Amino acid sequence: MPKKLLLEHIDVPSIETFETYRRHGGYASVEKALKTMTPDAVTEEVKKSGLRGRGGAGFPAGLKWSFLDRKSEKPRYLVCNADESEPGTFKDRYLMEKIPHLLIEGMITASYALGAKTSYIYIRGEYMYIVRILERAIEEAYAAGFLGQHILGTPYSLDLYVHPGAGAYICGEETALLESLEGKRGNPRLKPPFPAVAGLYAAPTVVNNVETIAAVVSIVNGGGDEYAKVGLGKSTGTKLISASGHINKPGVYEIELGLPVEEFIFSDEYCGGIWKGRKLKAVVAGGSSVPILPAHLILKTAKGEQRLMTYESLADGGFISGTMLGSGGFIVMDETACIVRNLWTFSRFYHHESCGQCSPCREGTGWMEKVLHRIEHGHGHMHDIDLLVDVAKKIEGNTICPLGDAAAWPVASAIRHFREEFEYHVKYPEKVANPKHFELEPFRSERLELSNA
Amino acid sequence: MVKVTIDGIEIEVAEGTTILNAARQIGGDVVPPAMCYYTSLKDSGGKCRVCLVKVTHTSTKDPRPMPKLVASCRTNVMDGMVIQNITSPEVLEARKGVVEFLLINHPLDCPICDQAGECDLQNLAYEHGVAKTRYEEERRTFEKIDIGDKIKLHMTRCILCYRCTFVADQLTDNRVHGILGRGDTSEISTYIQKAVDNDFSGNMIDVCPVGALTDNTFRFKSRVWFTKPLDAHRNCDKCCGKVVLFTKGDEVLRVSARKDKYAEVTEYICNECRYDHKRLSDWVIEGPRHIDRNSVISQNHYEKIDLLKLKQEIERQIDFEKGKQLPEPNQSLTA
Amino acid sequence: MRFSEETLALVNKIIRRYPEGKQKSALLPVLHLAQAEFDGWLSPDVMDYVAGLLAIKPIEVYEVATFYSMYNLKPVGKCLIEVCQTGPCWLRGSDDIVHHLESKLGIKVGETTPDGMFTLKTVECLGSCGTAPMLQCGSKFHENLTTDKVDTLLENLKSTNQRTSYMR
Repeated sequence: MPKKLLLEHIDVPSIETFETYRRHGGYASVEKALKTMTPDAVTEEVKKSGLRGRGGAGFPAGLKWSFLDRKSEKPRYLVCNADESEPGTFKDRYLMEKIPHLLIEGMITASYALGAKTSYIYIRGEYMYIVRILERAIEEAYAAGFLGQHILGTPYSLDLYVHPGAGAYICGEETALLESLEGKRGNPRLKPPFPAVAGLYAAPTVVNNVETIAAVVSIVNGGGDEYAKVGLGKSTGTKLISASGHINKPGVYEIELGLPVEEFIFSDEYCGGIWKGRKLKAVVAGGSSVPILPAHLILKTAKGEQRLMTYESLADGGFISGTMLGSGGFIVMDETACIVRNLWTFSRFYHHESCGQCSPCREGTGWMEKVLHRIEHGHGHMHDIDLLVDVAKKIEGNTICPLGDAAAWPVASAIRHFREEFEYHVKYPEKVANPKHFELEPFRSERLELSNA
Repeated sequence: MVKVTIDGIEIEVAEGTTILNAARQIGGDVVPPAMCYYTSLKDSGGKCRVCLVKVTHTSTKDPRPMPKLVASCRTNVMDGMVIQNITSPEVLEARKGVVEFLLINHPLDCPICDQAGECDLQNLAYEHGVAKTRYEEERRTFEKIDIGDKIKLHMTRCILCYRCTFVADQLTDNRVHGILGRGDTSEISTYIQKAVDNDFSGNMIDVCPVGALTDNTFRFKSRVWFTKPLDAHRNCDKCCGKVVLFTKGDEVLRVSARKDKYAEVTEYICNECRYDHKRLSDWVIEGPRHIDRNSVISQNHYEKIDLLKLKQEIERQIDFEKGKQLPEPNQSLTA
Repeated sequence: MRFSEETLALVNKIIRRYPEGKQKSALLPVLHLAQAEFDGWLSPDVMDYVAGLLAIKPIEVYEVATFYSMYNLKPVGKCLIEVCQTGPCWLRGSDDIVHHLESKLGIKVGETTPDGMFTLKTVECLGSCGTAPMLQCGSKFHENLTTDKVDTLLENLKSTNQRTSYMR
């Protein structure tokens, strides 16, 4: 049985209620931390655990906590990033909907470690029904003495609030999130200063993803060293993977990091293989922004080693032949999928979500979308393909926040691995006139077929 | 003081100086261009990305290069920092890209734009742009609107530098315009028709790097390079009263604040000085205004004429207005 | 124009979540309440009212309201139907759902039916990729859609005949 640290009790009826959650060992980490540990000792355990941020960037969580300016006279804040909006990612919604107290518990324990007296959960506005689930859970936690003044009779007090966004992917970027929480437009801030020094209301702030905060519960309960034993190498612990696309069993799976990609796709325990008995064509392994890989490169690295679900293995080969674990949004495409059309939807997404503050992203995302729209609809030129590569290159690395990179990588990688398919769209406009063109007749690339063989 | 090296030139600057301002202290070609940064406007900068530079050596303590190009206008120098601007092909390539991005949706209507000749975008495109566009798509357009009776907002030309919103926030007490919308459909607007109306609103025209905000009282009166800029002042109880008059004969076509060589206003002026004193006699003329940054205006080099000659020229123009026979300027001076 | 007493109490409760002087933080949640209470969209008058409640400038409200995609700046039909169309949903047939809705309602994306009952909108990723294709109506997610499910939903919405809202 695979190790489950987050979703162990997910199937217990009424686990969303305080009573049931508590009966299954819930809130033990709060008791342990507040009654037997100093805040710094909690941070130390998180450091030892090797837990990496689960929002996408994979930055070590303990290190992020240790940057918090503890000398400042200002109040400190913990803000949970529940603005989950990266296409392909829906794990936080699942966790918050099914087992909301796990997040609340993590928030209390983490807030204690960071010395926060007020904490916020910033959740995307579209998840409004989950706002109500979380608020109900928070009410229960207040009633049970786990929130409010003198939690469990200790000197520690904490208020926790849920703050809804209103439709903006960019607010998942931590400084844009803080701007939004201050009631402003979600324009990312220029860094430095980093939130750890000047975050919410210019006070020291830590922003962590839902899953990161939920993982703190088992780290405190079992100890950082124990947590670090789960997983593989520097990819410690378990990870929630959101599986979608052309598979038999889409859904959220908790995996132990180190699981072979092949097993994840084809085992009945997870994705259950490709739907309709079709062949695997490509995978976007970590949410729409990470490089897309063709079947042969997602299953094995360029060196021929088995590809594993870890930060390191997925990144093997860099951007030439590798990708990233990202947020764990695992989008699978079968042989009938049109890479160009899928990419166009991604580009449309980033164009729609660009805040418009800095010029490369504001202008470049729209440009790429328009060119891709033309190519997909049979109005492209051969030189458009290299134009796209060049525009992507000129956005990448030159913007205020990572949205520019997120918009550029999918374009660059799709053309790198599937150039023939773009050329086909230019050469045969009449064949791509039907939007379901490759469902009628899958695209065949001799080069890729040789690689897949 | 900290020591930094920009394109191989070493300079000592005060701690807390930005890379851009350190480069401005050196002067010349190593100064990165800036389209959104404005020294006197707090929080400006970082957005347009034309001032990106490469930091090859972060500091004496941390010799590592910075992983990405940085906005020189918002990055402070550190002791021992080594920076590449025009010596880095990577920087020049990125800058070329940014200029292209700024231009793809720009109408390129310089022939009918009042800003032409003193436009930062025109200068930037001239220095870093390419002659041919790769953009085949439809360009973004907006309706022209008046925001207040004196300011024309031509949003299609805007590059979203945010400077005018900072002016409204920092120089006036009631900002009624702002950035609306998102992404490439963002626009400067009041949302519903509201006049931008307060004593210092006219400064939005001066800080605008392009022809998005122009002076309605100057609209289509003259190409700026056909005007003669004069330094002038008057006693004003609202502002410093120190201005530049853009004149043609004895007519004052436009009044603006004085700008330094980076096209930044040195002292802001009030709307009364800007709009309500369009007679030469309203002003004490100090002499010709030297403008060296905008290539087109500075072609005239009229400021080298001495004051006496200028006075004679003005008198000559006045005589002409009165219908007198006008001798050729050269003849009158050499006769 | 005025919120109901009940909503005003809620507004005050929300404002108290943030430190003193930081009441602007309440802007996004309060705009949600305003949209729900005042016919499903934010008119300039509604936004000016919210600005007054939070003691901020009207332009600060306009800047925010026009930035976020969930605020309607024009009147919308009683039921706003938002179909996700980003990659993962597209892979599982969101186009078919959109076409079905268009033909069933007799309108194109972005339009409102003549009787003011339905507005059809396509949106970007709603975080429901594992249950694609999907649409959002009010705060409710309708997942694993088929054309039959869409038909049933439309029937239900018609018979309920109630304005949908994210706040319900």
